[in-house]
Amino acid sequence: MSKRSFGYYIDKYSIYLVLLVLVVFLSILTPSFLTATNMMNLFMAESARGLLAIGVAFCIIAKGIDLSLGSVIAVASVVSASLLQDPSYGSRMFPNLPHIPVVIGILLALMAGMLFGLINGLLIAYTKIPPFIATLGTMTAARGAALLYTNAYPIPELRPDFKILGQGKIGFVPNIVLVLVFFLALAWVTLNKTRFGKNIYAIGGNDVAAKVAGIKIEKNLVMIYVWSSMLAAVAGILITARSGSGIASLGTGYELDGIAAATVGGCSHNGGVGKVGGILAGILILGVINNGLLVLGISPYIQQIVKGIIIVGAVVFDMRKANRR
Amino acid sequence: MEKYTYVLQMKGIYKSFPGVKALNGVDIKIKPGTVHSLMGENGAGKSTLMKCLFGIYKPDEGKVFFKGEEVKFNGTLDALNCGISMIHQELMPIRDRTVAQNVWVGREPMYYGIFTDDKKMERDTKELFDRLNIDIDPREPMGSLTIAKMQLVEIAKAVSYNASIVIMDEPTSALTETETEHLFRIIARLKKQGVAIIYISHKMNEIFRISDEITVLRDGQFIHSAPASELDSARLISLMVGRDMDQLFPKVIHPINDVVLKVEDLACGKLFSGVSFEVRRGEIMGVAGLVGAGRTEVLETIFGFRKKTAGKVYINGKEVDIKSPNDAIDHGVALLTEDRRSSGIIPVLSVESNITVSSLKKYLNSFKLLNTKKMKDCAIEFSGKLNVKTPGIDTRIENLSGGNQQKALVARWLLTNPEILMVDEPTRGIDVGAKAEIHTLISDMAGEGKAILMVSSEMQEVLAVSDKILVMHEGKVSGIIDSEEADQELVMQYAAGLHN
Repeated sequence: MSKRSFGYYIDKYSIYLVLLVLVVFLSILTPSFLTATNMMNLFMAESARGLLAIGVAFCIIAKGIDLSLGSVIAVASVVSASLLQDPSYGSRMFPNLPHIPVVIGILLALMAGMLFGLINGLLIAYTKIPPFIATLGTMTAARGAALLYTNAYPIPELRPDFKILGQGKIGFVPNIVLVLVFFLALAWVTLNKTRFGKNIYAIGGNDVAAKVAGIKIEKNLVMIYVWSSMLAAVAGILITARSGSGIASLGTGYELDGIAAATVGGCSHNGGVGKVGGILAGILILGVINNGLLVLGISPYIQQIVKGIIIVGAVVFDMRKANRR
Repeated sequence: MEKYTYVLQMKGIYKSFPGVKALNGVDIKIKPGTVHSLMGENGAGKSTLMKCLFGIYKPDEGKVFFKGEEVKFNGTLDALNCGISMIHQELMPIRDRTVAQNVWVGREPMYYGIFTDDKKMERDTKELFDRLNIDIDPREPMGSLTIAKMQLVEIAKAVSYNASIVIMDEPTSALTETETEHLFRIIARLKKQGVAIIYISHKMNEIFRISDEITVLRDGQFIHSAPASELDSARLISLMVGRDMDQLFPKVIHPINDVVLKVEDLACGKLFSGVSFEVRRGEIMGVAGLVGAGRTEVLETIFGFRKKTAGKVYINGKEVDIKSPNDAIDHGVALLTEDRRSSGIIPVLSVESNITVSSLKKYLNSFKLLNTKKMKDCAIEFSGKLNVKTPGIDTRIENLSGGNQQKALVARWLLTNPEILMVDEPTRGIDVGAKAEIHTLISDMAGEGKAILMVSSEMQEVLAVSDKILVMHEGKVSGIIDSEEADQELVMQYAAGLHN
C-alpha cells in the first residue's frame, strides 16, 4: 500500500498528538508553562521515573513486568551512599573505609542493584514462575535488604565529587537529564539495532515460536531483567547524589509510575509491542500533567485522578485500535 | 408450509479493512436442508463473509435476508438467537471447565435464577451427545480431550442452539478419517431435520462427497454458484484460482547424493523409540502414519525442541549433540512446525520481523549492530521470491492469510541456509493455489541439494512429493518404502501396523 489514509496516521501518531495538545493547552492557559526553566524542571522531575519506564518497558514488551524496580532504587541508593560518605563526617557508616574513586562506588552500587535483576531473570527463565510473582518477591526482599543494611537510618553527608553527578549541569542541561537522554538513545539502539532487541519483541510476541526460531529464551530473559534493574540502579544512584543522602525507603511506588509511563506510551502488556518514541511520549505526558497542573495551582489529588484516567484511557484506546483491524 | 425458498440470502455484501477490500459485492443463497460449500483460496473472503453473517463483522454495504426477512446482526448473540450458529476454524475451548460447562457457557440452566444447575447441564449434554452419537463424558475437563474430541464438542454446541443454519469453517482439519466420517453422519442427520450447513473446507474429496451446492469466491468477488453435481474438481480448482492448474503435485526428479542426516535408534521417553533412518542430499523423505504415531515428536527431537532419551544423530557423517533449536539452526537444521499459529508466526510482529527473526546474525555489521536496511531488503527479496502476498513488508503477519503466513515462514527458514529442512504438515489448512506453490518450493529446495523430511497426513501429498516414505506406527518405524513401489494401500497397512 503506497497510499495510506489520514486515519492511519492519526492512529499511528495519536500518542504524540495527545502530548502536543496537552502542551499547547497548558501554554495557552499559563505563560509560565512553556519556558526553558520550567521545561528543564519538568525533565528533571521526571528523569528518575523516566529511567524506570525505559527499564520496565523491555520487560513489558517481552510480556513480563518488573515490580522490584522501586526497591532496587533503594538498594543502589544505600550502597552508593555508604561507600561515598564524606570522610570529614564523624559518624560514617564505615568509619575505616579508605577513599575510593567515585566510579568504583557507583559500579558497586550498580552491581548490587543488578544482582536483584539477575535473581529476577533467573527465577523467571528457569522456574517459569510468572514475572509478576517473581518480581513481587524480590521487591519485598530487596526493600528488606536495604533496610537491614542501614538499619533504617539514612546515610547523610555524601562526598561532593559524588553529589556533583546529581546536582551538576553541563551548560544549561542538568546531568540527570543528560543521563536520561543517554539511556533513551541506548534503549532505541538496543531495540532497533541489536539482536537482543529483536529477540525481546519475538519473545513477547510468541515465546514458543521464538524458541522454535532459535532464540535462547532463558538467556534473553535474564538479560531483560538485568537491564531493567540496571536502569533502576542508575536512577537510585542519581537521586541519591542529588539529594545528598542514601535512604532505604527511597523509590517506594516508583515502579508503578514507570509502568504507567511505559503503558501510556503504548507498550502492550500482551507483549511484542512498544517503541522508544512512545515511551518518551508516555513519560512526558505524565510529566506534563504533573507539572502543568502544579503550575496551574491545581490540587495534587486531582492530578492523581487525572493520571489514573489517562493510564486506563490510553490502554482502552490502544485496544480499540487493535480491534478495529 | 414455510413461505421461503431460501433460508438465507446475502446480497451485494461489501466489506473492507485498512488496505484490503475483503468482500466486493458478494451474493449467496442457501436452501434449507442442504449442504452449501463455500470454496475459494485463502484470502478469497470466505471467512470474512461468514463473520459478516454471524455478526462478528458489520458489512459496509449489502443486505442479509433470513427466512425471507431482512436482518441486521449487531453481534454473535443476535445471530445465535436467530438460529445461526458457527463452528470456528480455531477452537476456543475453556480448558479448565468441564465439557458440559463448555457447551452451555453463557446460557447455563439456573436454579432460582442465581445458581447454575450443573446436574441438568450434564443431563442435557448427555442427551445432546447421544442424539449425535458422540461418546464423551460431559463431566470431563475440556483440556483433557484431544483436539478431535474438542471439535466434536464444538459441533454439538453449535447444534444445541437449534440452529437453522450451521456454519462449519474447516471442521475436519484436526479430525482423523473415522472422526470425519462421524461428522458426515452428523451432517446428514442435521440435513434431514431441515438444517442448512454452510461448509468451508479445502479438502476436495470432502466437498464433493457432502455438498449439494457450491459457491466459489475469489479475491473477495462472487465467481460462480452451482449444484455440486455440475462441477468436478478440475473445474472447481480452475474457478478458485482463476487459471487451469494441471499439476497440483509437481514431481521433479533430482539427483540424490550422499547422506546428510543419519538418525540411529533415536528415542524420546514413551513417545517413540528405536527410530533409525537416513536422508540424502536432494532427497525428500515423506513421513506417514496415523495421528499420535510419533511423527511430529521425531522431528521435534531432532530439532532439539524435545530432549532425546537415547540414540544418536549424525549430520554429514559427524555425530552432533543438538540440545536446543538454536543448536539445530547452527547445524543447518530447520523445522517448519505443524501448528503455524502457536509455534510458527509471531502474530503482532511485521512480516519482515517474522522472516528475519532466525537469521539476525547475517545482518550484523562490524559494530555488532543490525543493518536494518539489509534486513528489509532481504525480507522483501525473499517474500517476493516465495510470492508472499502482503500489503507491505511492515504489515503484521497476523493480517495475512494462512498460505501467505506459511510462505513467510518458509522464507524465514530459507534465510538460515539449512542443509536439512524438516516440514510438518506444510500444507494443512492452506488453499489449493498456495499448496501447489509450497510443493514446488519443497521440490526446488531438494533440487538445490537440501535433505527434506516431510510429515504429512495427506496421503496424496506424501505419495506424490516424496522419494522415500518412512511410515510410523505407535512410536516405531514400521517401514521405509520407496515411493515408486508405494501406493495408498501399502502405506496404510504399514501405518496400521499390519506389516512387520
